[in-house]
Amino acid sequence: MGLNEKPLSTLHEQASFDLGDFEVPTGREEAWRFTPLSRLKGLHNGKAEAAGNVRLDVDAAPEVTVETVGRDDARLGKAFVPTDRVSAQAWQSFEKATVVTVPREAVTSKPTVLTLTGSGAGAAYGHIVVKVEPLAEAVLVLDHRGSAVYADNIEFVVGDGASLRIVSLQDWDDDAVHVSHHHAQLAKDATFRSFVVTLGGDLVRLSPNVSYTAPGGDADMSGVYFVDAGQHLEHRLLVDHSQPNCKSNVDYRGALQGEEAHAVWIGDVIIRVEAEGTDTYELNRNLILTDGARADSVPNLEILTGEVAGAGHASASGRLDDEHIFYLQARGIPYDEARRLVIRGFLGQLIEKIQIEEIRERVLSAVEAELAL
Amino acid sequence: MSTLEIRDLHVAVEDKEILRGVNLTVRSGQTHAIMGPNGSGKSTLAYAIAGHPKYTITSGQVLLDGVDLLELSVDERARAGLFLAMQYPVEVPGVSVSNFLRSAVTAVRGEAPKLREFAKDLKNGMDALSIDAAFAQRNLNEGFSGGEKKRHEILQLELLKPKIAVLDETDSGLDVDALRVVSEGINRFRASGETGVLLITHYTRILRYVKPDFVHVFAGGRIVEEGGPELAEKLESEGYEQYTKATA
Repeated sequence: MGLNEKPLSTLHEQASFDLGDFEVPTGREEAWRFTPLSRLKGLHNGKAEAAGNVRLDVDAAPEVTVETVGRDDARLGKAFVPTDRVSAQAWQSFEKATVVTVPREAVTSKPTVLTLTGSGAGAAYGHIVVKVEPLAEAVLVLDHRGSAVYADNIEFVVGDGASLRIVSLQDWDDDAVHVSHHHAQLAKDATFRSFVVTLGGDLVRLSPNVSYTAPGGDADMSGVYFVDAGQHLEHRLLVDHSQPNCKSNVDYRGALQGEEAHAVWIGDVIIRVEAEGTDTYELNRNLILTDGARADSVPNLEILTGEVAGAGHASASGRLDDEHIFYLQARGIPYDEARRLVIRGFLGQLIEKIQIEEIRERVLSAVEAELAL
Repeated sequence: MSTLEIRDLHVAVEDKEILRGVNLTVRSGQTHAIMGPNGSGKSTLAYAIAGHPKYTITSGQVLLDGVDLLELSVDERARAGLFLAMQYPVEVPGVSVSNFLRSAVTAVRGEAPKLREFAKDLKNGMDALSIDAAFAQRNLNEGFSGGEKKRHEILQLELLKPKIAVLDETDSGLDVDALRVVSEGINRFRASGETGVLLITHYTRILRYVKPDFVHVFAGGRIVEEGGPELAEKLESEGYEQYTKATA
């Protein structure tokens, strides 16, 4: 460990629901050093007044109940404690929360789609709890669109033997700012599958976190992002293995093109003393398509136990492989199409994992549209 | 009828001259074998003709039916009728064989093939090369065995029907069964008499299945001896030693 680096396990220690417990970040902190604070439009320093509007439309599976609740609802804030200032700000500032409940042993017959549409100036704050009761199985889509300055916390509480698959699309307009925390809490033998797709927005900072309350949890987190000129798209993953015999797998891939296109990927995995038999792997790959684009990729793995089943990470950022392009061109395929095929292949391998056909097709065609530019 | 004419070709890699004046003409209906020791520049010739960016042409010409290929991009050369079967086909993650082949056939023919016809051609081509049908859904060259990669190169040769095919050590790494299957593919391609083949190899073994009309010995970046099929037999018994000594 070099210079000012502290153990991972201490970096996430500061946790509080009280905004006053967090200093306004300066940009020098480990957690904020990659994020252009001046573009957060005040989400980090209390200056983003809640004057904006992000509308939530729900298309729920019939087996699922969806409620709009007040701040005092007992089900809120059970799966997490904010560990950064924007998360605490969002917790302090939201007015109504949405609670989605999948009843015990229910298997949903269709995906539940939450569409969040931003309109107009001013900030907005949100809170969503998705509670999957024991042995239930559900699929949930979060679809972010429009223009917004938005901070939120989303709790995914996955019960004993339950399974939750989520897709979170950040398909914002070009000027949107979104700072989001996903907090997945897995009970005994719970399964969590997360697929994050970030395409739009001026600045998106999404922090998917996973914690375990009992053995046997299994989390798989995939992500695809396409960063264009001027965009800052940041994904900060934290998997905190505090229970024995749990699994986690992370695979995030991005393509970047254009001046000042900036991707940040942080992959923190902690395997605590009690988390024997943990099996974890994390991977991040970036394809840098033009000059002027930058990818920061930082995997961190801290192992505090001697008994792991597997623990590894890999990170690679690079240009398109000349040999791939040559091979396709040598078969008559023009350069532009060869490039498209290779990039789509690189991201497509992950996109194929999206099980909802409609969403998969939408993501594929969004990637196609990016490549056509 | 087509003609590939290589005229006094000089090629360098990072300022080091590898090819030192290669002259060779390949016409439709002919099969030329280029044989030579490792490091003699055989593969450089193949990749330079195809336009790999690693190789710099310092002088010379490569004409296909009078068109200077060296003026064309890699894909334009392929569309002009040149094909290079590679010694080490690269793995391209996430691009399926069928998607790749359809894109290539569309590019070379200038129009998308009818889906049913293409499916039929593909199936016939794969059957002829004893390639499993599931292969079409796999990612390009990913996890292919050496033999599978070479069969796949020949499958492309048969689907794309180029005017001139350059086969770079297509025989290397093949067992006898695979060598026979691959050679039969090359022979089907030659059978029309309208195509030329430039077959680059280190060993004479493949020449028992694919009979050459001309044999060229390559050493020190140029052709040092030429003859008919009998030259291959001489190399079989005497090896390359006399040529490597001469150019050392």
